Amino acid sequence: MTVLLEIENLHVAFEVDSGRLAAVRGLSLSIQPGETLALVGESGSGKSATAASILRLLPASAHVEGRILFKGGDLVVARDAELRRIRGDRISMIFQEPMSSLNPLHTVEHQVSEVLSIHRGMRRATARARTLELLQQVGLADAANRLDSYPHQLSGGQRQRVMIAMALANEPDLLIADEPTTALDVTVQAQILALLKSLQARMGMAMLFITHDLGIVRDVADTVCVMTEGRIVERGPVATIFSHPQHEYTRHLLAAEPKGVPPVVDLNAPIVVSAEGLRVWFPIKRGLFRRTVAHVRAVDDVTLNVRAGQTLGVVGESGSGKTTLGRALLRLVSSRGRIAFLGDDIQTRSWRAMRPLRKNMQIVFQDPYGSLSPRMSVADIVGEGLKVHVPDLSPQDRRSRIEAALRDVGLDPSTADRYPHEFSGGQRQRIAIARAMVLEPQFVVLDEPTSSLDMTVQAQVVDLLRQLQRRRGLTYLFISHDLRVVRALASEVLVMKDGKIVEAGPAQDIFERPRTDYTKALLAAALKTAAPAVLNSGLNSGEA
Amino acid sequence: MIGAAPGFGGPAWAPADLATASSAQRFSPMTRRRILLFLANKRGVWSLGIFLVLFVVSLGSEFFASDRPIIASYKGEILFPIFVNYPESKFGGFLATTNYRDPVNRDEINSHGWMLWPPIHFSYDTIDNNLPVSAPAPPSWTMGVEQRCSGYAQGVGDPDCIIGNMHWLGTDDQGRDVVARVFYGYRISVLFGLVLTVLSSAIGVTVGAVSGYFGGWTDLLIQRFIEIWTSVPQLYLLLIIASVLAPSFWSLLGILLAFAWVGLVGLVRAEFLRGRNLEFVAAAKALGVDSFTIIWRHLLPNALVATITFLPFILGGSVTTLTALDFLGFGLPVGSPSLGELVAQGKENLEAPWLALTGFFTISIMLSLLVFIGEAVRDAFDPRRSVR
Repeated sequence: MTVLLEIENLHVAFEVDSGRLAAVRGLSLSIQPGETLALVGESGSGKSATAASILRLLPASAHVEGRILFKGGDLVVARDAELRRIRGDRISMIFQEPMSSLNPLHTVEHQVSEVLSIHRGMRRATARARTLELLQQVGLADAANRLDSYPHQLSGGQRQRVMIAMALANEPDLLIADEPTTALDVTVQAQILALLKSLQARMGMAMLFITHDLGIVRDVADTVCVMTEGRIVERGPVATIFSHPQHEYTRHLLAAEPKGVPPVVDLNAPIVVSAEGLRVWFPIKRGLFRRTVAHVRAVDDVTLNVRAGQTLGVVGESGSGKTTLGRALLRLVSSRGRIAFLGDDIQTRSWRAMRPLRKNMQIVFQDPYGSLSPRMSVADIVGEGLKVHVPDLSPQDRRSRIEAALRDVGLDPSTADRYPHEFSGGQRQRIAIARAMVLEPQFVVLDEPTSSLDMTVQAQVVDLLRQLQRRRGLTYLFISHDLRVVRALASEVLVMKDGKIVEAGPAQDIFERPRTDYTKALLAAALKTAAPAVLNSGLNSGEA
Repeated sequence: MIGAAPGFGGPAWAPADLATASSAQRFSPMTRRRILLFLANKRGVWSLGIFLVLFVVSLGSEFFASDRPIIASYKGEILFPIFVNYPESKFGGFLATTNYRDPVNRDEINSHGWMLWPPIHFSYDTIDNNLPVSAPAPPSWTMGVEQRCSGYAQGVGDPDCIIGNMHWLGTDDQGRDVVARVFYGYRISVLFGLVLTVLSSAIGVTVGAVSGYFGGWTDLLIQRFIEIWTSVPQLYLLLIIASVLAPSFWSLLGILLAFAWVGLVGLVRAEFLRGRNLEFVAAAKALGVDSFTIIWRHLLPNALVATITFLPFILGGSVTTLTALDFLGFGLPVGSPSLGELVAQGKENLEAPWLALTGFFTISIMLSLLVFIGEAVRDAFDPRRSVR
């Protein structure tokens, strides 16, 4: 068989303020026709830069060296006109973010048929027919009526299907999928993966599948290349990589599954936070006088108890209202219904009267890049709460408490005068945790604190959270869509869908004997991709 | 190698970055980056340099163009006429202020000491009574010595027909030296522009911040008020007020300020509307931080980027507004040094092109400098630009 794509000794470097930042350092790989090659690595490993350099989609600040041979022609030195003939026709690409990779002002039909008219010169009617056929192929429900929809009218999964239809329109020889499922919910993720696999088999195209999640390539890929710091450190057939990982880093990735035992369920522990009939309804206003015609029921009649020293996991897909629930409990969004903190009704308190309580109830947010003010030093960020709640602390004492908090979360206290942008994602999340912990709260809402982190870092943050909980007897409300993390942390679980609680109970019961179909589907989608060995060990430790 | 927890070591380029950061602790890395970006724009740096030099020079206009000597020695006493208003009686006269250009006073002081004059012996309001031709007089260097000195009593030999009494850019139609008027006019234009910019930005940012941060009814009321306010015809209002109130630097500033603050509100409001939903603001709220602190410490620094980018352009706009009003005759009181009035004179006296040309070049160079500075500032705050 001839080689379809061959990359030889590829180097990619970016011009940055402090010099040249090497993203890819001497990468070589080859893809046969019809083969699926998975490029796996954590953020910053250079995998996306590799993908973008194939079609020369890198920004102008990038320097590319090496050879990228596609059917014998070198794409690195190809003329633009030549490259344009290949892009979207022979090689096409699916991007990570279905939100931003579709033009919001074009209809679905327009987006898909554009590729057809450029490369095939199709006329409108023919293109429309072909578009419909493609949309049906990618399993877009009610495709005929979706042709005239705009991207905002589609869900994330539907948008990704449209992206795939665009990529497949000209039956390319090579499909580059750059993290195609990362931004999607687990159930949708599974569907898209299955779809890609079946389409690939049917069309016989090759696929370069880029992901940070080693778990999901098991079902998709033929060959796996593990990448770190711009180099491929291990390559081989998918089965070998999973059964006999050679390189230390591959083993590290495989072992990165969050592990450990959550605190034991103790129904007699005192209740720290409870809510009864909690509702957050956002009004939908229409017409000239902005009359309220209906409500979006973000949180609808939720009743829960969080017990001291334990973790209540809140699980659900995007839009299920879990984040709103967490913020409502801290009275950061207005809600109806009873909220009690240590038996004291806090729903009736004014914003001002809430302030003394805030010391005891803290929150850690999902995005460590957005939750730290870029213009404040780490010491200022961590010390801000102290200034509010312990205003008469002397500067030296405040400093020493800040440094103690940083040490607690595993950061070097000497970094206190640096700014957030100098830290990696995992370190930033540790700073955010330090900001919450420095006040020594009793109750902490953890709003997806691990979901924007790499797998290995995720496991470390989970360990840190559990260790802090044990040492300080903390009570957590842990919000996540990632059941693997929830299993490692939560003693009780609450499954949410469309603002309502679908199922609740001890974590062990929910994971082993889910009662509702929704929970079953969620579990199946999330855990089937995990390596069986890890799955079992996780469950066993859960029982212990 | 990678065994030491990858993803935790920070990016590979971090160490070099940190080393330089510690050597310049005073600035945050972002500020340092912006300064470097600004310095990379050579045209902007040069413009800023020239603008600052011109501004500082114009602040000391009295030392360059004045109808009083800087230092004088009279009967063994050292005098500073530039700062101190000595009565004429000190030199044997009877007036309340001394006219040092008067030949009688000049001879009296020179015979009992000496005088150190600025390079140009005219202030902005000094009327030269010894012009060889009727005002407006052309630049002195276009005339021969004979003609130039013909206005003085002793002709070429007159002790006043010296280089300090030459009009390098001619005089205006009242016989006042154009160079002196440009010096003082530039100073008043820039000062007026600066004060107007600072005050209107302060008000605009405050209103925009309140409007954007609190939203809801506060926002609604402020925005409707601004819509009504901006639809008031400024110029007519100015004409009416000017007919009631005597125009002065401060009254003019007040009237223009009443309308100028609106400019930044929309921009700052948009930044705050975006910023108040960011997670670090939610985090601050969860910490119990009060609204004022959130606005001041968390949101304002972010909104300031947009504001600072606009400042040089607002400054240019303010200067232009004052010039335009002066040109129309509704600006500073009669007799004030003003670039707008210079241009207006140029229009009235087309036979004296030095007036219009001087006015044109002064204003256009000043505005060009401000625009170039503004471009460099804009580049400096552009996150997509790299220093190298």
